[in-house]
Amino acid sequence: MNNATQPIVRMQKLNKHFGSLHVLNNIDLEIIPGEVVVVIGASGSGKSTLIRCINGLEEFQSGSLDVDGNELLPNGKSGKALQTIRTEVGMVFQQFNLFPHLSVIDNITLAPMKVRGWNRKDSEDTAQRLLTRVGISDQAYKYPSQLSGGQQQRVALARALAMEPRLMLFDEPTSALDPEMIGEVLDAMRELAKEGMTMVIVTHEMGFAREVADRVIFIHKGEITEQGPPEQLFDAPQHERTRSFLARVLKH
Amino acid sequence: MDVTFQFDWAAAFRSIPYLLPGIPWTLMISFGGLAIGFFIGILFGLLRISRVRWLRWPAIFYVEVFRGTPILVQVLFIFYGLPQLLGSPINALVAGIAAIAINSGAYISEIVRGGVQSIERGQREASLSLGLSRSQAFRYVIWPQAFRRMIPPLGNQGIISIKDTSLFSVIGVGELVRQGQIYIATTFTALEVYFMVALMYLAITWTLSILLRQLERRGLVGQ
Repeated sequence: MNNATQPIVRMQKLNKHFGSLHVLNNIDLEIIPGEVVVVIGASGSGKSTLIRCINGLEEFQSGSLDVDGNELLPNGKSGKALQTIRTEVGMVFQQFNLFPHLSVIDNITLAPMKVRGWNRKDSEDTAQRLLTRVGISDQAYKYPSQLSGGQQQRVALARALAMEPRLMLFDEPTSALDPEMIGEVLDAMRELAKEGMTMVIVTHEMGFAREVADRVIFIHKGEITEQGPPEQLFDAPQHERTRSFLARVLKH
Repeated sequence: MDVTFQFDWAAAFRSIPYLLPGIPWTLMISFGGLAIGFFIGILFGLLRISRVRWLRWPAIFYVEVFRGTPILVQVLFIFYGLPQLLGSPINALVAGIAAIAINSGAYISEIVRGGVQSIERGQREASLSLGLSRSQAFRYVIWPQAFRRMIPPLGNQGIISIKDTSLFSVIGVGELVRQGQIYIATTFTALEVYFMVALMYLAITWTLSILLRQLERRGLVGQ
């Protein structure tokens, strides 16, 4: 049984190597249900790799990782636990990764029908509801290539939500978007945060981070250098590295 | 010296009824061989990108051997060589179909491999992140997209294989070229007859091109 205060993600002494590169170095991280965690850091710092470990898109070499009571094992030896985790953890990617050969509605209903075994009617009702929620209910029968980047990313969000995940991962969800479309995606994410979804977000949108995050984590060279509530991390960073990173990204 | 040679249209048209019986043979060898080659190609193309090394190895070997040797040698080997091994003759039609199958199969393997590998990694990652198994990701997401990209090169291979069947006149199977040769032997109208033979190949390959273009156009929806 999970009670509310038990972490949904528990990472202990997690290490990942890419050849001689130490991408993640002894990461300890716990995320409790309902928490919104924003991960920041320079490119190549390991922040994307970190969240990709949570749903097994990246393997790690040592340490332990438990997601909602399912244990992921080092070196990709997790087997069935991995499958269970992926049905419970949704992910939104930088490049949207919508399925271009399927209509918007089929993009959203594919996993509920094939993985959860729902019938078409229920899946489509859910999909329509989610499309309304992200503000594009009139686009259900279009193909991804007919949508703007912002619309595509909102479809990707709806697609992930259709699986009724307990945790959502966002890997730089607005980095590939034109500036005028960033707002609409952030709005949808803001709504989701308000509804109490547990979220782990890698982003460069510092204003957004300050506004929605319960906790901000700064990663440098594969290590968690500093973490804390946004006001503390942004306004009174304790570490020199955090300060110099923030000085660089907040300047423009 | 007055060498004027008239193209004899009458002779050309006269040859048509003698050539037409070659068409079903040409079609049978091409499409019979291509149908089998398609399955060989899918099988070996997928083995080629398997994560298991000992599955990849035979696929690489197959492609290298049958892409690296001439189809004429392959069909001669099957028709004249294999019977020595088996102790019984092989039907020329069977030999022709087999040669197209193993030859096109090698090329189609590479088409399949290229098609699957051309799909962005993010498609697989998105599928897996939604909880789809690896085989579901392949079946519902990767393969349908890969197949669309495979249509133009597959059409290309189809046309090449149809033309390759003309080489099988050497094993006496009564396809288009063979029919033409037999007819010319009695009429000595090589110019007109080979011209008509060429037209008939063109009619077959052109029809295929048009069909493929339509297939492609329909497949492009949503890309």
